[in-house]
Amino acid sequence: MGNTSSMLTQYDIEEVQEHCNNTFSQQEIVSLYQRFCQLDRNSGGFISADEFLSVPEFAVNPLSQRLFRMVDGLNFKEFVAFLSAFSSRATLQHKVEFIFKVYDFDGNGKVAFSDLLDVLRDLTGQFISEQQRELVLTHVLEEAGYKKDSLLVLSDFMKILGNTGLKMEVEVPVD
Amino acid sequence: MYGQQSKKEVRFLLPQEGEKKMSKLSTSSSELDLDRPNIEDYLPTDSIHQPHTKLRLRDLLDISPTLTEAAGAIVDDSFTRCFKSNPPEPWNWNIYLFPLWCLGVVVRYGILFPGRVLILTIGWIIFLSCYIPVHVLLKGHDKLRKRLERALVELICSFFVASWTGVVKYHGPRPCARPKQVFVANHTSMIDFIVLEQMTAFAVIMQKHPGWVGLLQSTILESVGCIWFNRSESKDREIVARKLREHVEGTDNNPLLIFPEGTCVNNNYTVMFKKGAFELGATVCPIAIKQSFTTHLLQLMTSWAVVCDVWYLEPQNMKPGETAIEFAERVRSIISVRAGLKMVPWDGYLKYSRPSPKHRERKQQSFAESVLRRLEEK
Repeated sequence: MGNTSSMLTQYDIEEVQEHCNNTFSQQEIVSLYQRFCQLDRNSGGFISADEFLSVPEFAVNPLSQRLFRMVDGLNFKEFVAFLSAFSSRATLQHKVEFIFKVYDFDGNGKVAFSDLLDVLRDLTGQFISEQQRELVLTHVLEEAGYKKDSLLVLSDFMKILGNTGLKMEVEVPVD
Repeated sequence: MYGQQSKKEVRFLLPQEGEKKMSKLSTSSSELDLDRPNIEDYLPTDSIHQPHTKLRLRDLLDISPTLTEAAGAIVDDSFTRCFKSNPPEPWNWNIYLFPLWCLGVVVRYGILFPGRVLILTIGWIIFLSCYIPVHVLLKGHDKLRKRLERALVELICSFFVASWTGVVKYHGPRPCARPKQVFVANHTSMIDFIVLEQMTAFAVIMQKHPGWVGLLQSTILESVGCIWFNRSESKDREIVARKLREHVEGTDNNPLLIFPEGTCVNNNYTVMFKKGAFELGATVCPIAIKQSFTTHLLQLMTSWAVVCDVWYLEPQNMKPGETAIEFAERVRSIISVRAGLKMVPWDGYLKYSRPSPKHRERKQQSFAESVLRRLEEK
């Protein structure tokens, strides 16, 4: 499988780099482009559902559906911006924002109890009953000073996750 | 049991559910699937930490390990790497080498390529002019016919290999036809088969192809004894298993060659072996193949030479208490080590279908257990 799509010019690379706030080096962007072309088998300019799910390691991930909806139909520039949260150069703020976006499914800037429940359900599947999930969530929320009907915003997430030493990094293989 | 914990924890339990549900986690319906080895044995385990501190809100909100795994898979994954073909490195980039390379191109395309096509054509002519008469005229004399046909198939394969200026180094004792014995090898392309067939006329099990390959399959390969399968049919497995068993137990059949990966994989990796070949109750003789050439026929015919190593390895038997799948993985490891290939835990058929939900369920189960356990911590 070759990358028969157009090669990246230096201008393209710089534009992508700017778009992702310099979180990736130029070499990494070139590698990501090769990867993008490898996944985008029908050269449609974006990676479709089938193409993502053909990566078994991605398909077995419990959060793959949520992530997929965030990354569906992205062109290469947006794809790199999406992955920029996982760069070692990304700020903690950026990473927490990413996590917030995963929870905030409808993108209205607020995370409700149902959103938290949805993600917990994805992560635990059939191995905890729905009632137990609700109880667990209510308990930890109340312990942290929130109520069951509280709506969490980004600053709440920053407060909760901000000083936990969040490790969310992926290394882009550069040959 | 949770009911005996302090009052704080008892708060979580609804009266009737407490004893029944919280005491043990329901196990996945597919948990006891002995059909596959444990993928977790192969995948890196540093991903999700399981601390034992009390559960807090941040522990539930912090989905970073799972996200990191997903992003890691997006950026690079071992499965796709198995099927990637590496383009050859261009080495003609300076003023001295470039003219040499040009000369090389002239020789390869102008002299070698036509020469090879010629050799191949001669080979086919000889083959067909001997094979057809033998096949038709010796209908009654099966034993003699079989011997001649076997020799002819080996001959045409040798012609193929010669047409690529194939330098094949065989190591180890040459396979012989004995009952209750089956040969397995790693598979990169049809070329593996030709290289092996050149030395010994194996009977082989393969996917029925359409077109002219299918024609070749049904006529010539039929003579050495071939078993067809159809990947897309699920019932097919039992039929094929039966045919395999019959072949192996027959006394004057050609030795059977099976490619347990079930699909073509590039020559740097091996994917999981299917257990079919390993539950026939026969001795398994592993063969490792390492190529240093591409699999594209045209590139092959226009390159200088093709170098390939074939190792015939020590026959293996199923150890007592070993399951077919463990046996398969053990043989895969023997072959991979010999040929210097990396082992990945993926089923080659994932090229054609999705992974089973079992793997995701395992992750979910592990996380769920951790949450419930930490809930109990003070």
